[in-house]
Amino acid sequence: MGTKKKADLEKFRDLVVEKYPKKVGKKRAKAIINNDPDNIPQIQANIRTIPGIITQRGCTYAGCKGVVLGPTRDIINITHGPIGCGYYSWLTRRNQTKPETEAEANFITYCFSTDMQDANIVFGGEDKLKQAIREAVELFNPKAIGVFSTCPVGLIGDDVHRVAKQMMEEYDNKINIFGFSCEGYRGVSQSAGHHIANNQLYKHLIGNDDTVNGAYKYRINLLGEYNIGGDSFVLEELFKKCGIELVATFSGNSTISQFEQAHTADLSMVMCHRSINYVAEMLETSFGIPWIKVNFIGADATAKALRKVAAYFEDEELKAKVEEVIAKEMTAVNIAREAVLPKTTGKTSMLFVGGSRAHHYQELFSELGIKTIAAGYEFGHRDDYEGRRVLPSIQVDADTRNIEEITVTKDEKRFKERITKEKIAELEKAIDLEYNEYGGLMADMEKGTLVIDDLSHYEMDKLIELYHPDIFCAGIKEKYVVQKMGIPLKQLHNYDSGGPYAGFEGAINFYNDIAMMVSTSIWKELKAPWEREEVIEAAYVY
Amino acid sequence: MRKIAIYGKGGIGKSTTTQNTVAGLAELGKKVMIVGCDPKADSTRLLLHGMAQRTVLDTLREEGEDIDLEDVLKPGFGDTKCVESGGPEPGVGCAGRGIITSINLLEQLGAYDSDKQLDYVFYDVLGDVVCGGFAMPIRDGKAEEVYIVFSGEMMAMYAANNICKSIAKFGKAGTVRLGGLICNSRKVDNEANMIEEFARKLGTQMIHFIPRDNMVQHAEINRKTVIDHDPTHVQADEYRALAKKIDENKMMVLPTPLEMEELESLLIDFGVLN
Repeated sequence: MGTKKKADLEKFRDLVVEKYPKKVGKKRAKAIINNDPDNIPQIQANIRTIPGIITQRGCTYAGCKGVVLGPTRDIINITHGPIGCGYYSWLTRRNQTKPETEAEANFITYCFSTDMQDANIVFGGEDKLKQAIREAVELFNPKAIGVFSTCPVGLIGDDVHRVAKQMMEEYDNKINIFGFSCEGYRGVSQSAGHHIANNQLYKHLIGNDDTVNGAYKYRINLLGEYNIGGDSFVLEELFKKCGIELVATFSGNSTISQFEQAHTADLSMVMCHRSINYVAEMLETSFGIPWIKVNFIGADATAKALRKVAAYFEDEELKAKVEEVIAKEMTAVNIAREAVLPKTTGKTSMLFVGGSRAHHYQELFSELGIKTIAAGYEFGHRDDYEGRRVLPSIQVDADTRNIEEITVTKDEKRFKERITKEKIAELEKAIDLEYNEYGGLMADMEKGTLVIDDLSHYEMDKLIELYHPDIFCAGIKEKYVVQKMGIPLKQLHNYDSGGPYAGFEGAINFYNDIAMMVSTSIWKELKAPWEREEVIEAAYVY
Repeated sequence: MRKIAIYGKGGIGKSTTTQNTVAGLAELGKKVMIVGCDPKADSTRLLLHGMAQRTVLDTLREEGEDIDLEDVLKPGFGDTKCVESGGPEPGVGCAGRGIITSINLLEQLGAYDSDKQLDYVFYDVLGDVVCGGFAMPIRDGKAEEVYIVFSGEMMAMYAANNICKSIAKFGKAGTVRLGGLICNSRKVDNEANMIEEFARKLGTQMIHFIPRDNMVQHAEINRKTVIDHDPTHVQADEYRALAKKIDENKMMVLPTPLEMEELESLLIDFGVLN
């Protein structure tokens, strides 16, 4: 059986490509790869989806507003555009946040939009945007306001940056107001929006406040963790237990002042490489804060990440503390894992989500003895698949040029070398530090497994039909279709009612949720009426 | 009701030609509505004797959706009905979208209804077909006949050819056809011959050759059409002739636009490009 399945996976590309028109098939073939971790093949990624194909992808605006700035609670994010863009990107359940006091601002549950009408398109929407900003200030008096451009704004040429500047002046520069040129059509996917958001974080927030806050000596930033289902809460607690100061999270459970003080940290840890690696690099270039790649999804991965931090700071006390925390947490993790392993071992999964999640969650699945036979990203780039080593060979195309290129220079006054290059080299010999490095998804997937970028709906149907995974991980757009095909689907953009899944505590939650999902036959039992009843068939007689 | 759009390169004399021709049709006893589709809102000035017309979009902006046809439609020379679509100030918003909004509003207000007993509606459209909005009159059957105002020089020719591309494109799915080229002479050598040849290649006709005459400018300074200003002048007869030709025109075609090389060789052959 095992060998047969393996052979089948090799056939997948030819099977689906054959059904496409020739040109489409040729293009899709480059994005459907049988993996070889020892000799990583090239994959096509971050290329425009072919019109007509049902894609999983979102738009540049969604990536900018929803993903990166959305989880920050004390900034008012105004969508400048027709109401639909704002309404459908209203973050109703994905990101959680917890203000420290009742008085602290929290705008996450709100949805702000300029609600552009026909007349604003014809005559320009700048006045309406100014009015919206005034209303927001009057009602909420926020510390900061972000203005997000939707497609029509770019087409009619409203200058959100100039309006932001004018409005800042109107309020004597007491409110930080800035715009984002993140029109939906600007990029291939939401990924362009992440980059645009990163640029503005650096230009308008990072480095604004030199105050050094906190109780602990070892100060870190956590980048690319968005507090989906409360993941950040778990990690915050974990760092506290280890005696590590979390200066800023980009951007789960975050505040504007955290971003403003991020440059006072001594190490950046990057979770979602795709959405935030730009900020990580800017922090290093400008202020000398090194970044390492980590993953807090999976108990072993969490332990590994904590050990990296301890090794980096080279403090025996911290190392001992970290080991103590790991040992304690792992006891509970192992008990939970042993309990579910009989139900999960030998099952198969498929993950098509995000720009790092399809990679990170394989850790949790392998801890359950579940093999991931197919995986891919919606908006990843080649470096997220093949590793950062391929960065120099990635072509800069016209779509990339749509994104503003900002020059980041060393901040002469505040740059501080945290660690010498020699020291890093020495550490790397002892531990897999992943300094400025991300090995990518393909290095961690087995030989012969399928790696597919920007999976189409047709390809998804075929994957399920041909290989019957025991669980499929994607988002809401895929969920009901997959369930109707008899396969349980775990959402990983938000966690439905589950989660958190990060850290040790999260791993236990995941084990239990997945064990439940792969053990039930409910989705196979459900039949559509035409599958239950006898159907009278007829044919046209011409 | 015949629905006519006048296109052509910017500055070629579209608005002047349109209004003078409309005056000719009015003199023939035709009921004509003219819709200016240019944010400058100067398409009805000669018919209204310079009277500042409040544009559809300004009215819409100031008074909301609840407006009457009389608010935007003014009677002009020979009982013509004059409307200016209007638009945003330069560099702001989307003028193309403005034209769409404006024409939709006119339809909603019943400007085209049969009880108005219109014989003609003329759309005077800004410059080239620059974006979807400016092509609006030739999409969805808003205009069914297009005349291109034209003179024997290179840029006018490029523009005319581009307009023909739009007509060919929209005409395939819709009802729009090219009625002919109107030459607004610039006294270029060989002008009429070249235009005849260009028209032939496009599959259409040069419907009329309007000679250059200072009387047009005199009338304009007086905020009038030539027919209105000096009905006995020879130039007035030219516009009467054009009006009559349009009224009798039966030659409606889907044009065959030229390739760039073809266009250039035409210009060289007739000695315009030296």
